[in-house]
Amino acid sequence: MVVFDKPHALSDAPLHYCPGCTHGIVHRLVAEVMDELGIEGRTIGIAPVGCSVMAYDYFNCDMIEAAHGRAPAVATGVKRSDPNNIVFTYQGDGDLASIGMAETVHSAARNENITVIFINNAIYGMTGGQMAPTSLPGQVTQTSPYGRDVSHCGFPIKVCEMLSQLDGPEYLERVAVNNVKNVKNAKKAIKKAFENQVNGKGFSLVEVISSCPTNWGMTPAKALAWIDEKMIPYYPLGVYKDRSAGK
Amino acid sequence: MAKLTFKAEKCKGCGLCVDACPKQVLALDADTINQKGHHPVKAVNEEACIGCAFCATMCPDCIIKVER
Amino acid sequence: MSDKVLMKGNEAIAEAAIIAGCRHYFGYPITPQTEIAAYMAKRMPKIGGTFLQAESEIAAINMVYGVSATGKRVMTSSSSPGISLKGEGLSYLAGADLPALVVNVQRGGPGLGGIQPSQSDYFQATKGGAHGDFHMLVLAPASVQEMAELTVKGFALADKYRMTSMILADGTMGQMMEPVSLSFDIEEAPAKPWAVTGTKLERPHNIVNSLFLKPEELERTNFERYERYKYIEENEVMYEEYMMEDAEICVAAFGIAARVSKNAINEARAKGIKVGMIRPITLWPFPTKQFAAAAEKVKAFVSVELSMGQMIEDVRLAVNGKAPVTLCNRAGGMIPAPEQVLAAIEAANKGGN
Repeated sequence: MVVFDKPHALSDAPLHYCPGCTHGIVHRLVAEVMDELGIEGRTIGIAPVGCSVMAYDYFNCDMIEAAHGRAPAVATGVKRSDPNNIVFTYQGDGDLASIGMAETVHSAARNENITVIFINNAIYGMTGGQMAPTSLPGQVTQTSPYGRDVSHCGFPIKVCEMLSQLDGPEYLERVAVNNVKNVKNAKKAIKKAFENQVNGKGFSLVEVISSCPTNWGMTPAKALAWIDEKMIPYYPLGVYKDRSAGK
Repeated sequence: MAKLTFKAEKCKGCGLCVDACPKQVLALDADTINQKGHHPVKAVNEEACIGCAFCATMCPDCIIKVER
Repeated sequence: MSDKVLMKGNEAIAEAAIIAGCRHYFGYPITPQTEIAAYMAKRMPKIGGTFLQAESEIAAINMVYGVSATGKRVMTSSSSPGISLKGEGLSYLAGADLPALVVNVQRGGPGLGGIQPSQSDYFQATKGGAHGDFHMLVLAPASVQEMAELTVKGFALADKYRMTSMILADGTMGQMMEPVSLSFDIEEAPAKPWAVTGTKLERPHNIVNSLFLKPEELERTNFERYERYKYIEENEVMYEEYMMEDAEICVAAFGIAARVSKNAINEARAKGIKVGMIRPITLWPFPTKQFAAAAEKVKAFVSVELSMGQMIEDVRLAVNGKAPVTLCNRAGGMIPAPEQVLAAIEAANKGGN
């Protein structure tokens, strides 16, 4: 009996990500959910600009490559074109929480019936490790070489906490993919975020605390440990909004 | 005993599967270098495998198939 | 002859778009084109369409990108500063070869400028308007009737060539009321096998994309696109000639400037000056051949514009030094008076400049 294999919705293309980068885990979880819900044939994914810019090659569903930060607006167009489409965006922290913040907030406020997968690894990976809107206080990056000085460039943005203040969104949860237990929880959250869309409930965002071993300057294993030590204390895991909970 | 199959050519040798395994079944193969230039994972103790798929769960490149 | 209705130019665009099969409109309020959004907000819900006020011009053009990727007719409208914000999206639409209709009811600039009519976005519209090598089909109406007709035509051309059609109007055209006939032959949209409509697990996935990391591949997409542009330049030029049969002076003007110029030409003719006009209806592709042919027989050109002189560069390229080309212009929201145009025609006739 096969207990684990590549999901159908994940393509055979080799992922271009660095060794140990958890983007691949999250890609697989999204694909597994597409398989389990039987929605691959009507799903349209929107890839961002950032490390996952080439996500369009990795999913077997129809895909669109969007401009930097604009994925939720593109997703809005796709969803409004045919509400039967299942539409997800896959975005990093620079894309979603910096250049695309307006699109993020307003698609949430509209309770746009889409699913947003938000990878928070506290750094700009594709461009070589610059400070992200979610980089931690004191975090050393290429553009904060002496550590993020919050008196100079401000504080990290806590996306789930911020969006939870809006009346619009249906479901907001922060998960991590740094160990088996957390990956299984992440899968549940992603599945719920897609099920919400299938059931017409509205805007569902899953923030996934992820690692960037290359730009954090750590081994893959050390990077996963750093998530526990530094990231999760600043970005607590959990459900930040679930309008249908208990109903 | 469970059966493990690897797409070794796609392995990037990150070792997350090795760390995830509760039974120390896996190791990076220091004697092999794949086309990508990495030491790919291999089973060094497959008879101990319980088929929990923790390795595959943590593999970012989806190269592990687990059968029981 | 169908019945005519009295409409504002902006409303004529909106209704014509609906007639052309557009069921998705995204926009952000900006003067002097807001009537288009207001019209769509009223009409779309009643015909099963979508009107959505976006959080920004940037979001609006990206919503357009999304609908277009699914293969449906879609539009947005704005005015000059808002079109600058849409620039990013226009480039991505071009890079992904997606059809769309974008309306620019121009106002004076640069910067926040003013809210009075202008033609100072000619460069932006005809030379690409954002980063990268690309063109848009640029259609310049000179009446409310043409606002409607060119909207219908714009959708058809956009679908045919998989590119953006831009209606380049101005505040006067948008606000002006005229009788308009809304009876059109609507060309059915061509099949769009490239659209992202869901694979139904029956075909390989479609990808709508403008990223090509291999330079050879990116170069190939550019060359292919320009082959298409070349075909368009040879086949889709639209213009109107007015009293050009015996003309010795040729006025070049589009949109509201052409209407003012017609009055001036009529007055000049009454004074015995043999003057005519070439009015480009497509600003890209530009009627280069028509101006080049005119350069063989007229002694001077006058480019009449609501800008500091933008189209004049294309006129001069077409004329290629064979005759002088002078500028008659107002800017910043001002419109040249017929007397000013007449004076420019008379000066050109005397061989001044």
